[in-house]
Amino acid sequence: MPAPDDTTPGPVSDRADHTVLDARDISRALTRISHELLERNKGAHDLVLLGLHTRGVPLARRIAEKIAAVEGAPVAVGELDVTLYRDDLRSQPTRRSHKTVLPPGGIDRKVVVLVDDVLFSGRTIRAALDALADLGRPSAVRLAVLVDRGHRELPIRADHVGKNLPSALAERVSVRLVEVDGTDEVSIS
Amino acid sequence: MKHLLSIDDLSTDEIHALFATAADMHDVQGREVKKLPALRGRTVVNMFFEDSTRTRSSFEIAGKWLSADVINVSAKGSSTSKGESLRDTVLTVCAMGVDGLVIRHPASGAALQVSEWVDAAVINAGDGMHEHPTQALLDAYTLQRRLGSLEGRHVAIIGDLTHSRVFRSNIQCLTRLGARVTVVAPPTLMPSGITTWSAAAGFETSYDLDDVLRGDGVHGEPDAVMMLRVQRERMSGAFFPSAREYTVGYGLTRNRLALLRPDVPICHPGPMNRGLEIAADAADAAQSAVLEQVSSGLAIRMAVLYHLLAGETDGGMA
Repeated sequence: MPAPDDTTPGPVSDRADHTVLDARDISRALTRISHELLERNKGAHDLVLLGLHTRGVPLARRIAEKIAAVEGAPVAVGELDVTLYRDDLRSQPTRRSHKTVLPPGGIDRKVVVLVDDVLFSGRTIRAALDALADLGRPSAVRLAVLVDRGHRELPIRADHVGKNLPSALAERVSVRLVEVDGTDEVSIS
Repeated sequence: MKHLLSIDDLSTDEIHALFATAADMHDVQGREVKKLPALRGRTVVNMFFEDSTRTRSSFEIAGKWLSADVINVSAKGSSTSKGESLRDTVLTVCAMGVDGLVIRHPASGAALQVSEWVDAAVINAGDGMHEHPTQALLDAYTLQRRLGSLEGRHVAIIGDLTHSRVFRSNIQCLTRLGARVTVVAPPTLMPSGITTWSAAAGFETSYDLDDVLRGDGVHGEPDAVMMLRVQRERMSGAFFPSAREYTVGYGLTRNRLALLRPDVPICHPGPMNRGLEIAADAADAAQSAVLEQVSSGLAIRMAVLYHLLAGETDGGMA
């Protein structure tokens, strides 16, 4: 019944999927992003990782684990659902919303890092920025994505990118994660 | 789902989807900025041809928190009191470009009738003695939050069944979600033909409240108790000799409260006739869910408005 998320793999095309990142590549990319975040923030203090539904949530948790392993202290993680803030709500059947879960400390005066799987048009991030404004006032907002496939429709860029993946508009970039899909893989078809 | 006129309009999956959305919406009540942009640019009209506090304000707040523009029209102070027909009033309002129409009317079937006249999504907020679907949804949602799940749970519905649209919607919603239901009323307030109905819909009936509360009925001890309001405004004759006699037989008194486990939620759709169908001890007890029902009602109505109005208008609920 829920409308498919834009990251849901579509019907299998006649061309075989071409794997861009395997499980070890994804892990390495997330490790690098974790270190970049720590370097940029000069530590894990005041850092809040907010994963965007659906696949940003497990990615945020993985980054948090990696940061905790380096710093020796847990880092705040939350989930952000932007369904109700999307600009395409009325052009498609009603989408199911998900839960927004903020860490106990909230996001006021924190450095919020939005985490998502694919950065494409930038519209999801636009919605996320609106949602954040209703939830509090972070001291800074950064964006970390596993894949940047280009084709931005808004002036938005990522601070931390796992893999830049130049793609044609017609191509389909699929991110699969163990927590959601049972396997870790980024493919393009 | 284009309109919400009856619980029957919803599939069981859709009920669960509404509950899931309501749970997301519930969190908004605790936020500093209680506003979501999902219905920006949509217009909702509350048309109430019958008195209401909680349902109307609840729909109004729900619409506003979703950023819809909400307008209230009531029978008093509208052209209805000048003799305009329901059809003309509805068509006039809809000609102003309304997306959603929330209607309460003393005539059973009014919402269905209106839905045949207009393009807007119609939400039944109570039509006579027929149905009140959002109330049933919020009751079931409240109980589900308290009890975890309704599957196999025993819910006792007590009171003025004959005049109750809340009961008619609730019986469908609760049985659909797997609850076992016993309805209790004095013989004069038991709807006629209840035996065939209860056999078909699979619920039990009883005339003895003490039996049911003690767990001596077919379904055993109740896991939840739902009291209904005695609707004096719909009673044209004498259905019971005196208020006192009703309370003695069918009121949730202090003594009857003692028969219930302390974790059994007590619901009442409001407004309560304290001292008649429900004693103050029961209404204000720690196990009372009455105020929870109000906040759940807001979440459920936000979910209903969202599902009916947020997407493509002809797309229905996904």
